[in-house]
This record gives sequence, structure tokens and C-alpha cells, in this order.
Amino acid sequence: MTGAFPATASAYAGEWDRFFFMLTAISGLIVLAIFIVIVGFSIRYRRGSKAKRGMLPGAITNEIELGWTSATAIVFVFLFWWAAVDQLKNVVPPGHALEIHVLAKQWMWKVQQPNGVREIDELHAPVGRPVRLIMTSQDVIHSLFLPALRLKQDVLPGRYTYLWFTADKPGVYHLLCSEFCGTEHSRMTGRLVLMTAADYARWSAAQPGAEDLAADGEKLFRSLGCSGCHAPQSSVHAPDLNNVYGHKVQLSDGRSIVADEAYLRDSILLPQKDVVAGFDPIMPSFRGIVGDGDMVKLIAYLKSLASKRERP
Amino acid sequence: MSDAALVYVRHQDKEQNYLQAGHTLGSWLTSTDHKRIGILYALAITFFFFIGGIAVGLVRIELMSPNGDFLTDDAYNRLFTLHGIVMVWFFLVPSIPATLGNFLLPMMIGAKDVAFPKINLLSWYIFIVGACFAVVSIVAGGVDTGWTFYTPFSTMFSNGDVIAAAAGVFIVGFSSIATGVNFITTVHMLRAPGMTWFRLPLFVWAIYATSVVMVLATPVLAMSLLLIIAERWLGMPIFNPANGGDPILFQHLFWFYSHPAVYIMVLPAMGVVSEIFACFARRRVFGYAMMVYAMMSIAVIGFFVWGHHMFVSGQSQYANFVFSFLSFIVAVPSAIKVFNWTATLFRGQITFEAPMLYALGFLGLFTIGGLTGLFLASVPIDVHVTDTYFVVAHFHYIMVGGSVSAFFAGLHFWWPKITGRLYSEAWARFAAIVMFLGFNTTFMPQFIMGYAGMPRRYHVYPPEFQIWHVMSSVGALVLFVAYTLPLIYLTWSLFYGKKAGDNPWAATGLEWQTASPPPKHNFAELPHVKAPPYRYHPDRQAPEAEDRKPETQQGAM
Repeated sequence: MTGAFPATASAYAGEWDRFFFMLTAISGLIVLAIFIVIVGFSIRYRRGSKAKRGMLPGAITNEIELGWTSATAIVFVFLFWWAAVDQLKNVVPPGHALEIHVLAKQWMWKVQQPNGVREIDELHAPVGRPVRLIMTSQDVIHSLFLPALRLKQDVLPGRYTYLWFTADKPGVYHLLCSEFCGTEHSRMTGRLVLMTAADYARWSAAQPGAEDLAADGEKLFRSLGCSGCHAPQSSVHAPDLNNVYGHKVQLSDGRSIVADEAYLRDSILLPQKDVVAGFDPIMPSFRGIVGDGDMVKLIAYLKSLASKRERP
Repeated sequence: MSDAALVYVRHQDKEQNYLQAGHTLGSWLTSTDHKRIGILYALAITFFFFIGGIAVGLVRIELMSPNGDFLTDDAYNRLFTLHGIVMVWFFLVPSIPATLGNFLLPMMIGAKDVAFPKINLLSWYIFIVGACFAVVSIVAGGVDTGWTFYTPFSTMFSNGDVIAAAAGVFIVGFSSIATGVNFITTVHMLRAPGMTWFRLPLFVWAIYATSVVMVLATPVLAMSLLLIIAERWLGMPIFNPANGGDPILFQHLFWFYSHPAVYIMVLPAMGVVSEIFACFARRRVFGYAMMVYAMMSIAVIGFFVWGHHMFVSGQSQYANFVFSFLSFIVAVPSAIKVFNWTATLFRGQITFEAPMLYALGFLGLFTIGGLTGLFLASVPIDVHVTDTYFVVAHFHYIMVGGSVSAFFAGLHFWWPKITGRLYSEAWARFAAIVMFLGFNTTFMPQFIMGYAGMPRRYHVYPPEFQIWHVMSSVGALVLFVAYTLPLIYLTWSLFYGKKAGDNPWAATGLEWQTASPPPKHNFAELPHVKAPPYRYHPDRQAPEAEDRKPETQQGAM
């Protein structure tokens, strides 16, 4: 890899590069044009030069100003439109993505694969299929930067942020923290390892610690006492959790919300925040009881309860 | 002003120019003369400029090697924090407004002083106290938050004296507000007879627009800093999500100040170069009214684009669209100004004295900085290059390539007015050219490595970026020389420089129609303004080569 051209590991990165270089070319032309005019005027109209001066074309000033104002505005709005179209493509996450959890802390990246395999400062992912990263931080704001994919997303404490990509070129690439996070910020780096689907399957099966996240989550669900209220046969009036994930939930204050990871997490840690319509706000908070690692398992279990039906 | 009046002024104030009005240290430190306060500010910001420069010098030495073998991680983080805080708040924000603005604004509108001279002096003391307090707490207390103070790192995790540093910046904010209020009132209340709004020189308009932004935006910075202090000191749950706070809230508040602050730094620069292009091309500024509208719309729209600093913060994609659109819009008036300056050169009689070279440098670097701003306004591009050296290069092109070049342009242009002396023209031209070359050598490689994925604020970094860092450090050395040269030849000129005469550039502004250096009360008698600014040539008639005499001066006494 040369210094000037970062590796390109996805179709999106290629598109991004094309857009970037088009913008660079347009800007380069504008700069060149302005420089030529400035240098040209500076030489042509230097003091005492023979260039024609005489009467100034004063009457057309307004037309000139109106002209270049609208021309500039049109060019800029066009550039906005162009960038926005590019951005729109990535607003909606792909369906059926491989979901990998990322937990950032000072100063390391902890990754948990869908099958429970844990990694530190490494992120293994297959090429050729959508991958969705579900990220949160344990302390300050970090930012996951994957230059080979031209992607970056801040990783926040107390909430989930997401990043998704479909890579197409196996290889080892930079994984960097790009939001200043303290003393060893510049050492909070690692490797993004992209593998073919077959290699990825072989790799993840061979790792120690492979576990069934959802099954572990189910155990937690019982040991923490969740099932005491949320089981269908329970006498306590609590929402049924089958088919909640990915579906719309009516809340007691009239809002409705799609139950995603962030909603599930908030409901466990801050149960008074989004109370389901028709239920009393009686659930206790599990803040300080459920850590980030257990949260991943619980959410995996809750998601498995919904996967029997079609996801939207 | 007639020649007779000129002689009269000279006689009256021969021994009473503002420099001779008192020679003791006390006469300077208690002076409410806007000119002396301008010089006090100039001395202070020069000191802080070199503090910030030394900090970044050490950073650039460290970055010659990718392994971080010169400084510790903490030392590196403290140095870039020191550099950022000092350069933004103690150098760039007060640079042009508090020095050249203080000195010139009253003279350009034909006033004896600013509206509140005592508050003006007070603002300098507030500035000194706050800035020294902040610098001492950063150096002694090891603040490592960066100039952006992002939460919850700054409130819960950083080990340095964040409270003291934030308090220092908080205090300095009051000096910004005092200066802003003073300038706004001065422009509204103290214009000389005949000085209508659309006869104001563009420098005055620029300082006016800047003052409005200062007065409206600085309180928001003060609030955000107080909230940091409240959470860090008193444990109030505001930003830390562990206590139910919102970490992104701080970024909204901070950038609501700090984006307009970019315009606090660049609007005055636009004012300076407008004066200089007109004077050295001997042309009226092209599209004066449009220039005024452009500056005012930059000042207003600048308040609505802060979210473009937060495209990857986790804020809504729909908010990103809106902020992206508004950021493209705010670039339109800036582009128009570039066209207007260029058009001002058309059919001029251009000479290339040092102020003009610095101003041309501004024009080139500001154009590059502005266009790369469009890259950052595009959400997909920003996602990859934000928090990399691309952003670092972009804002240095605007704030150093743009504003600092313009500051030097203005300093050279008005040096004869301020001191009555001429500096060495050859050395000044040489420094202007070295500055332009050194600047590009320093920051052009940063665009490239930013695109290639080099994150900012990295003490150790992947070795493939070393070549670009070495180029950048070499450029920084050249820049250091370029910034030291004026310090030497300008100081030299104070003692040995030729006497400048009252109006060495044959400029039209009111400030040039009194003695240089000006008398204590600026004008022997109240000037009457009889013409718009920049009447270097008759209407619709291009200037003559030999006749450097303007068609008409702006005022008469």
C-alpha cells in the first residue's frame, strides 16, 4: 500500500473515490481558473503597462454580479444534490446482515462475533455479504474508522450507533480510533481482517470461546429474574417479548417506536423512558447489574424470539 | 484635506502624537486611547502566537518519526491542546479585531475614540488575566482535551486541570463580548457627519459583522464551558450518559459557538484585503454593496451550519442533509467575495508592495481552503475525511493561510500609520513569499495524508504516512522563519526605518487624512465625509499610471 492511495476494499469505497476525484478535478479547475485570472490581471494591469484601460464597463456590473452569484449557487446546489444522492444510498441498512458487536473502551476495541467469538483490536468479517456493526462505548466517545471502506462512525457511551458495509476484497486493513479519547488514543488501533466466506466460516469455527449468544442470553433472562414477569404464564402484567424486536411498539405517551437494539437496551437500563402502552411503569432498572457483555447476550436472545417470524 | 489643513495638523500635534502622549509604562497600562490599547493587544497576541507556535513546533518535531520517540503520549496530547486553545482564543479571535480594529475603526469613521474607552481598556485586562490563567493551567495542570473539550472525556475522564483551563477561556470570552459591544456602539453612534452606512469602508463593515457574531455567539461558549465545570466539579449530570446525560449535547452547544467563531476569525481578514486590493490596484472595490451583503449574510447563515461538524457523531441523517445544504449555501457569499476581489484588479494600475503580496497570498490560500470546505460539506466525503489531517489542512488554509496572511497584510499596510516609519520593503516582500511557500509545503501534504486515512491528534501513526509528515515538518520550519522575519525587520524599522509621511500609499480612507502616527485624539478637527470610500479614480474611468493621486479623499476637515 502506498501512502497516497488508501486501500480500497468495497465497491462503495471505489464509488467514493470516484466522487472524491471528480470533486477534486472540479475544484482544481476552479482554482486554476481563478489563479490564471489573478496572475493574468496582475501582469496585464501592472502599473504603467500598455494594456487598454479607458472607460470602465460600469453599466453591466449588476448583470455580472447577478450572473456569477446564480452560477455559483447553482453549481453548489448541484454538488449538494450529487453528494446527497450518494448519502441516501446508505441511509437504510441492508437486510439480513451479519451482526457484529463492537465495544470501545479506553484504549481498545472489543469485538464479539455473532457466534460469540471474542476478539480484541481485531475485526474479522466476510466479504460478499452485508455486515452490520452494532457499537457502543464503555467510557468516552470513540470513533471507529475503517479507511479501506471509507467509513467512520462515532461510538458513544450510553447508546448504540451503527455502521454497515459489504466488502469485496479480502485482506488486512487499518482499524483506527479517530475521536480523541485520551492518553493512548493513537494506540487504539487494530486490524480489519476481511476474508472469503469460506475462510471466515473456517476461522470462526476454529476459535475458542464460540458460544451461542442467544442461549446464554436465555440463561441470563432466567437468572436475572426477567422471566418471572415477562414469561407468558406469569401473574405480573408485563409485555410479552415474543416478536418485539424489529416491530413497532405503541408507547403509553402516544409515541410509537420501532424496537431496535437501542430500544431494548434502554428498556432494560432505563425502563421508565419508553413505557409500553397498557402497562404500568413497574419494571426496575438493571443499570449496574447488566454489563455491556451481558447486554449483548440478552439482546441476542430477545432478537431470537422475533426471528421466527419475518423481519421487516 | 487641503495642504494648509495638513500643515495645521502637523503643527498642532507635533509633540502630541499618541506615542508621545506619555512614555512611562503606567501611561500605557492605564491608557484608554484606542490606539494604545490596540498596541497592547498586539503585544499580547504576539506573545501568545509564539507560545502556540512553540507548542506546535514540538508537535511537528515529534511527527517526523512514526514511533513517538521524542515525547510521551501525554506530553504530545497536552502540546496540541495548548496549540489549539492558544491559537484560537488568544491569537486568532482577537488578532485583527482587537489590534487593527481597535486602532483603525474609530479613525476610519472619523471618531475620536471608541464609544466606551474604559471598557476597551478593561477588555484588555480581562483578556490578559484569562489567557495567562488558561496557559498556566494547561502547562502546569496538563490539560489534554484538545481545544474542543469534548464530553464526557473532558468532564469525567481527563486527568488535567480542565476546570481551570475552561475558566480561563470563559474569562477571555468577556473580553470578546466587551470588544464586540464597543465596536457595534461605536459604528452606530460615532460616525462623522456624512459617513453614511454605505460610505463605510469594507474593513469597518467586516469588523461590524464580526462584532455582531462575537456578541451573539460567545455567550453560548460561556454556557457550554460553565456546564463542563458544573459536571466536572459539582457532579451535575449533564453530559455523562452514566448519569443520564447526553454527550452529543455538548457538541451542539460547542459548535453553535465555534462555527460562527470561524467567521469571527475570517470576516476581519476579508475587510483587510478589501482595503488593500483597492489601494494597490488603484481601483474602486468591485461591487461594494454586494461585498457588504455577502459579509452580513455570512455572519447570519454562519449560525445555522454547526451540525456539519457532527456528520459522524450519530446525529440524525436527516439533520445531516439540512446542515449539508446550509453549508453549501454559506459558501456562496464567500465565493462571490473572491470573484469581486479578482474583478477589482481589472484595469487597475497594480503595484506589488508587501501588503499586496500578503493579500494576494490570502486570496489564493483562502480559495483553496474554501473549496476544500465544500468537500467537508458533502456528507459522504466528510464521513471518510473528518477527524483526519484533511480537516486539519482545510481549517489551517482558512485560518492561517487566510486570516494570518491577511493579518500580516494589514500590519504592513497600516504599519506606517501606526508607527510613522517604513519597514524594509525588500525584506517584507521576501517574508511574504517565504510565508506563502512555507504554508503550502506545510499543509498541502496534510490534505493528501488525510485523504489516505491519517487521523488527527495521533502521537504514533502508521509508518506509511511518514513521508508526508516529514514534508509537513520541513514546511513548518520554513513557516517559522517566515513568521520570525517580520518580528525582526518591523522592530528594526521602529528605530531605523525611514519616516513614512502621513499617507505613503496615497490611500483614500479617513485614517490616512491625519498625521502618521496620529495625534492623541486622531483628528485636529472633526472630519466631514464627502465621498464614498475607494475613490481612487473618476467614475467609470480607469486610473492613470502616473497619477497615484486619488480622485478624491473620503473626507475633509
